Order: sequence, then C-alpha cells, then structure tokens
Amino acid sequence: MSGDTLLDVDDLRVTFPTRTGLVQAVRGVSFSLGRERLGIVGESGSGKSQTGRAIMGLTPPQAQVSAKKLAFDGMDLLSMSPRQRRALRGNRIAMILQDPKYSLDPVMSIGRQIAETLRTHEKVSKAEARERALAMLQAVQIRDPARVFDLYPHEVSGGMGQRAMIAMMLITGPELMIADEPTSALDVTVQLDVLNILDKLVAERGMGLIFISHDLRLVSSFCDRVVVMYAGKVVEQIKASELRDARHPYTRGLLNCMPRIGFERHPLPVLERKPEWSA
Amino acid sequence: MTAAIAIDGLEVIFDRFRALKGVSLEVKEGESYGLVGESGSGKSTLLRAITGLAPVAAGAITVNGKRLGKTRDKAFYRDVQMVFQDPYGSLHPRQTVDRLLQEPLAIHGIADGEKRIERALDEVGLGTGFRFRYAHQLSGGQRQRVAIARALILEPSILLLDEPTSALDASVQAEVLNLLEEVRRRRKLTFLMVSHDLAIITHMCERLMVMQNGEAVETLTASQLIGHRVSADYTRNLLRASEGFVRTA
Repeated sequence: MSGDTLLDVDDLRVTFPTRTGLVQAVRGVSFSLGRERLGIVGESGSGKSQTGRAIMGLTPPQAQVSAKKLAFDGMDLLSMSPRQRRALRGNRIAMILQDPKYSLDPVMSIGRQIAETLRTHEKVSKAEARERALAMLQAVQIRDPARVFDLYPHEVSGGMGQRAMIAMMLITGPELMIADEPTSALDVTVQLDVLNILDKLVAERGMGLIFISHDLRLVSSFCDRVVVMYAGKVVEQIKASELRDARHPYTRGLLNCMPRIGFERHPLPVLERKPEWSA
Repeated sequence: MTAAIAIDGLEVIFDRFRALKGVSLEVKEGESYGLVGESGSGKSTLLRAITGLAPVAAGAITVNGKRLGKTRDKAFYRDVQMVFQDPYGSLHPRQTVDRLLQEPLAIHGIADGEKRIERALDEVGLGTGFRFRYAHQLSGGQRQRVAIARALILEPSILLLDEPTSALDASVQAEVLNLLEEVRRRRKLTFLMVSHDLAIITHMCERLMVMQNGEAVETLTASQLIGHRVSADYTRNLLRASEGFVRTA
C-alpha cells in the first residue's frame, strides 16, 4: 500500500426519487483508496454497485449524488463539468461490468470497440490503434488476437468476452479500475483465469482497484482491504488478511453462509438481519 | 430398492449439435443426486430431456419404473416437478402468487386448492400474507420460494432442480438450500440437482456426476469428493477452482 491517495470518498449519498418518496441507496459511505485493491461486499440492494457508479459518474439522471468529498487525484468529481467528467471516464477511471453479453456492443467487432476506446481519449492513427488493441488482446491472454479482433461479441464465450472487456478498459492505462462483479457471470474454472489476468495487470500497472462483489470469500482472497456494506452503509472495514477476526455479525454471517467442501453443516447458518445495523 | 430415475445411453441432438452423447445414470428413490459441470456440459439439457423439454434422439429414460415415450402424461407431471434457475423469468409477471399456484391445481383437477395453497405457502416459509402479491413485489429469494411452492403443490415424489440458487445472494442461497433440505426430509423426496458449484452439490447431494461436453466425466460420492479421491483431471480442476482465488508468483 502506498501513501498517496487516489480516491477520497467522504459521506457519499445517492438518493432516488420514487412514488413513495425518496429512497437512499447509499447512505454516507466513506473510504479512501491508494494504489491498492479494495473490495466492496454486500448483498443485492446494499448500495455497493451504486457506490461504484457514483464514482464513475454513471448514476441515473433522476438520482441525486451528494458527498462532503468525492475526489479523484485531488480533483473534486462533483463540481466538474460533464465534459471534464467524460474525459476522465474510460481514460483515467475505467469500469468492468458484470456480463459481457450485455456490456459489449453487439453490432461492432471486438477489435473496433477496443480501438474506439483508445481513439476517444488519445490522438492516434487507425493503424496504431489497431496495433495497440492487438497488443492488449495479447496481454489478456487471448491466443489468436488477430482472429478475435474481427469477431463479434456473440461469437465468443463469456470468458473471452470478459477478457475483451478488460482489454478495452485497460488500453487507456487507467489509474483507477472499478470492477463490478467482473466474474459472476462466468464458470468457476474460467473465473480463476480472468481473475489471474486482472490481478497480474493491476499489479504490473500499479492501478487502484475497486472490486465489487457479493462473494466475500472471493473478494478477500483477491483484495488487500474489504469494505462491507449493508443497507447503504459501511458496517465494517477490515484488512482481507484479518477477515477471520471480523467483529460485525453481518460480516461473520456473510462468511459463514456459503457451503464449503469438507465443512459439513446442516442446516447452513443463515443471516439474522438486525434493524439496528441499518440505523 | 428401485430406481426413481434411470437413464441409459441418453442422446440429445439440437439440429446437428450433440448436446448429450450417451449419458447413463441411476438415481435411487429418496436419494439426492447432483450434476456438476460448466456451461455447455449438458447438465441442464439432461433435466430438460427428462421433463420432455429437449429432443431425445436415442436412449431410454425410466421414471419410477415406467419407461417414458415421446410424450409425458399428466400423471408424470404430478410426480416430477422442476424448479428453474431464474426466479425472475419463471414466474408470470402479471399473475398473483395465488393465481400462479392455482394453475397446476386447475390442470390436474385438484379440488382442495384453498387448503393446498395455504399449506404450500406455509411450507416454504412465506405465509398467506404473500398470497395476493405479484412476483415483482417479491425479492429474489421469496420468488424462488414461490417457485418451490408451485413445484410442491402437486405433491410430487421427484424434484428436478436446475441451479435453484445461482441467481440469489449468498446469504439468501443458504436459506433456500436449507428449505430444500427440509422439504426433502419431510416429504422423502428424490432430488436431481444441477449446479456449477461443487460446494453446493457436495452440501446437498449424496452422489454426483461430473459432466463435460455432453459426456459423463466421472461419478462420485460426496465423501469421495470431500476426500479429494477423484480420478479425472477435470474434476481436480473444478475442485481447485472451487477453493477460490490463490495468488500465484
């Protein structure tokens, strides 16, 4: 972990107007991130994805984002113009989404999508963009980059699609990467390949990574630090290596509720949600 | 002891693609049997072939001693019910829970519907308060409970479970798995369960078959798997993958 702060989040709130009044999806989340791997864990509806989206600037237009501080590399993200925000997005801050089936453009070849990302943010010739896209496909361990370059998303497997997604996000050399459930649509065996690639590239390039997932075990094996969210709030922040000593009953519940090979427990322990956790 | 489900040399062919290449298995009465494999391994196709949702090209399927033909009769569906992966897709969005549960009763001409619906909802831990809600008013876990109630309402002896918890949060998954174990114990059901997650299968099943590319890789008991006494490399890979991410170098 290095000393310089890449991202500073203080009292982040995301509010959605609904027919029955305002709903706060994120209620005062604070953390800071250096060039390290941070995991955000919680169940659906805990606000983990909305936290990622607010940092990225992808909150739906009807929702309100507020924070005492939301700064990337010392720049205040909330007071920026949309144009400045757009220049950051995909360039210095990138995001990997869950399912390559839905997040890639179905009518554009994979290579062109990757080159497009690059050409949006840098002045490069078409030929150079192609070269760099091919190199990037190689970096995510796609065996035959020239062939995959011309394929459409429906012609590749989920694992391959997700690698293409990672290639697309890394080609501009971002400093902060937000990965929202990057492997939960993939098979277990493919999951590990994709995580290995992501891990290697993040380490090589010294990026900051926010890894959002509902799988606490996976996150703790991948990240340096874990933020556990419940009902829009952070209930616990803990080093991944110290997760065994997690104190909050919610964190402990999340850890214990998964069946594990060789640890027979019938019935499985379930989470007892207490109203005071979300208070 | 007779076999609840016996499958011999089952072939399923979609156009020219052989999704199942001569798979055989036997599930004993009251047993819980698991099918594991990655996407495209044919595990779901096997379940769908039993229910008549996939084109069987060759092989025999015998359920409770009766060999199945091209079509399935009503008695079959009374005995064999299926729970699907995605509770968002398997419940009619414009029908109330009550209406959803009425449907199988109406098809099979069962009279004491009122009592059965109440009992089915109680059994899956929802209670009658949920009876007149729509699927979109329920959480994922609650929806899967409704899907289980719908399967149970005909009092089947065999449940086919196609990734029943993979669309759910880990914490909700535990609740649904516990519910399934409980109804199996109470009703002495036979389970044939599909999952890509070895940990879930070893938790729920006594025996399991590992599948890849439409073929059986090997058949194991849960304790063999827990003791890592496996012979195929593919199974070993799956086992390693299920232990989670380990940083290399």
